[in-house]
Amino acid sequence: MDVLGIARWQFGITTVYHFLMVPLTIGLSVLVAGMQTAWVRTGDRKYLAMTKFWGKLLLINFAMGVVTGLVQEFQFGMNWSAYSRFVGDVFGAPLAMEGLVAFFVESTFLGLWIFGWDRLPRKVHLGCVWAFSLASIVSAYFILAANSWMQHPVGVRIVGHKPELTSIGAVLTNPTLMAALPHTIAGCFAVAATFLVGIGAWHVAKSAADDRYRPMWRASLKLGAWVGVLAFGALAISGDTQGKLMFQQQPMKMAAAEALCHTEQPAGFSIFAYGDVSNPNCESVKTLDVPYVLSFLATGGFASKVEGVQDLVPQYQAKYGTNYPNDPALGALAGKPVDYVPDLPVTYWGFRLMIGFGALAALAALGTLWLTRRGRFPRTRWFPRIALLAIATPYLANAFGWIFTEMGRQPFVVAPNPTGVDGVWLYTAQAVSPGVTSGEALTSVIALSAVYAVLAVIEIFLMARYVRAGVAAVLPDDTDQPTDVLTFAY
Amino acid sequence: MNLPTFWFCVVALFWLGFLFLEGFDFGVGMLLPVLGRDEATRRVMVNTIGPVWDGNEVWLVVAAGAMFAAFPAWYAALFSGAYLPLLVLLIALIGRGVAFEYRGKVHTDRWRRGWDRVIVTASWLAALSVGLVLTTTVLGLPLDADGNRVGSPFAAFRPEVLVGALAVAGFALLHGSIFLTLKTEGDIRTRARRFGLRIAPVALVPIVALLLVVQLREGHAWTWIPLGVTVLAAVGGALRLRAAREGQAFALLGLTVVGLAVTLFGALYPDVLPSTLDAAHSLTVRGAASADYTLTVMTWVAGFGAPAVLVYQSWTYWVFRRRLGTRHIPPVHQP
Repeated sequence: MDVLGIARWQFGITTVYHFLMVPLTIGLSVLVAGMQTAWVRTGDRKYLAMTKFWGKLLLINFAMGVVTGLVQEFQFGMNWSAYSRFVGDVFGAPLAMEGLVAFFVESTFLGLWIFGWDRLPRKVHLGCVWAFSLASIVSAYFILAANSWMQHPVGVRIVGHKPELTSIGAVLTNPTLMAALPHTIAGCFAVAATFLVGIGAWHVAKSAADDRYRPMWRASLKLGAWVGVLAFGALAISGDTQGKLMFQQQPMKMAAAEALCHTEQPAGFSIFAYGDVSNPNCESVKTLDVPYVLSFLATGGFASKVEGVQDLVPQYQAKYGTNYPNDPALGALAGKPVDYVPDLPVTYWGFRLMIGFGALAALAALGTLWLTRRGRFPRTRWFPRIALLAIATPYLANAFGWIFTEMGRQPFVVAPNPTGVDGVWLYTAQAVSPGVTSGEALTSVIALSAVYAVLAVIEIFLMARYVRAGVAAVLPDDTDQPTDVLTFAY
Repeated sequence: MNLPTFWFCVVALFWLGFLFLEGFDFGVGMLLPVLGRDEATRRVMVNTIGPVWDGNEVWLVVAAGAMFAAFPAWYAALFSGAYLPLLVLLIALIGRGVAFEYRGKVHTDRWRRGWDRVIVTASWLAALSVGLVLTTTVLGLPLDADGNRVGSPFAAFRPEVLVGALAVAGFALLHGSIFLTLKTEGDIRTRARRFGLRIAPVALVPIVALLLVVQLREGHAWTWIPLGVTVLAAVGGALRLRAAREGQAFALLGLTVVGLAVTLFGALYPDVLPSTLDAAHSLTVRGAASADYTLTVMTWVAGFGAPAVLVYQSWTYWVFRRRLGTRHIPPVHQP
């Protein structure tokens, strides 16, 4: 495989892996801050137990999110140096702002929160967890600002073949960002919600009727279910907004999401396809369509036209050229025709799996609300099992969502803005580091993947251990220690 | 001062902050098998940096981010050119971060011993690779006219660059042991002091060697001044440590790292990454910089952000100012 292929695999692996940790950190930290607020306000030990238990799982997860984020930042320079040079004037700014404004706050106040239980006044300590959790959302905002600019470049002009920033305001209020932010944050809360539901359900089922922590497990379960329902509502609404933006900004991605070959009016939404989705002349594909729905998703009207892949390709060729530049840096692709169609099986199934797993998670949250209505404890034996399994669904939905949106913008790394300044786009093939050897890239992807695999096993092992141990491991009863012993230490 | 030069100083400042703060973090990790004779002392050591190591590491994230935003061509050429040292650094930082967080999470000796090994190895590798990357940017890479490295992936592993790796590792050992004398009490404090005194002459050798290599190859007349300050401060730090004035020793080590950063980045200026093939291919502060608008935006953000960071990070050190000893370590109640 060439450096380009390896670097793309590495980007995919790093991003999807990093985004396994991030949503739980963001969603759960806000919920833990809420739990601790409830404890500070009421003094009820139930809320302290919740804060300590979920807080411990949050910490096990947080460490992994931080260290995998380093790779995200460094790989732009390591694997994608041509990209970094091309976009650096614009793209580096939100990344640097993230570090200065958000990540510093996150890391410093997390340390204060972990170790500050006996060192800080109660309210100041509570402030630390809020600072940490809100900073994680600010952090997501800046990272998404950078990503959204790759999907839809704004606020720039062209100076000597390179984009130059003219308006940081435009980059930070990019419509693509304004739709992606609520969608992503809602996805984070969906993960945290099903996490609470799954583990809460298991503990409720396991605990005896007179267990002192049983009400706490039920409260967690209930909280998860409510947050889940709200999150999935927000996901649907923000996802709909994103679909409409995508139709205007990246029509090819919209067509690829549907594997829509020919322009349709009105266009139906394909629920399922059999046959070869990637076959460019589409006739071999049979899909199960719901009429009018795609028209609605794309434009808000039921009878509007949605353009298909085959009709979009000539438009793209006319606008962005038929062939790659004859540049030796492009290797085998130099001077070759550009394939403007993203990998259709990936985009088509990625889009469906995102929605499908999201819907399953939403069902789990709704089912939990029903089973716990009016003070009930769920009694069925299958419920905790299903709830535990459901923890995986929003993770999968998030992963497929990212795979869809990043693969759907191919062959571009910076997708052209149809209403923006001409010339602000870059093919992925042009973005890779020219000086890096495939040996280096391969070493990197193998070494990091191996480390990631080992750490994933360890994280799941630790999580399971702490989940099973319950509150006893995180909130010991031994309150008669000498006062100068730390309440928390590594 | 024009904006690119100002941002060159800002980037240098972030690197300086990182070296100063993460320097003792690395040192504590490297010293774990030397000074941590039993589980209780090892826990004392890890907990001296427990609340702060993560915040300290962000200085590196921001240094890299500031390079990307302010000098995209520098960031691109250095990160793709020094690929393998950066890969080692990443893996080391991953291992260290996870190890601190996970080492105490399971109550068995085998588990803790495993993570201790990770902490020690990763701290060494991180210090060495930071030294490699930093020295590489000062002494240069074989760059072509487009700023791409030509030739071997091992272009950064030259003897004079390896001296830089040893210099940072030596500094981290010394800095870490002085930090431990400040943050611990009892037996461990005494042994940290004794070790610091013993390691000081050894640690000084690569530091002085690096300074001289950089000065003789790239230096300006004025960089002899910070060079002299660095050496005097390091020697003075060791002497104050012998006099058991730990606070003064730590402050002098701080001055050492200031002098080191000023010498390295001062000698580098007006380049940001020299080409060892042809001086015409060297990346310069002016040539590698983003446009003035971007730099102005970043100046506003850093102008408000960086002082705030200094305030709340200082507050963290104030909150956790107490010396730790084995008597402060709580019993284990992990599952």
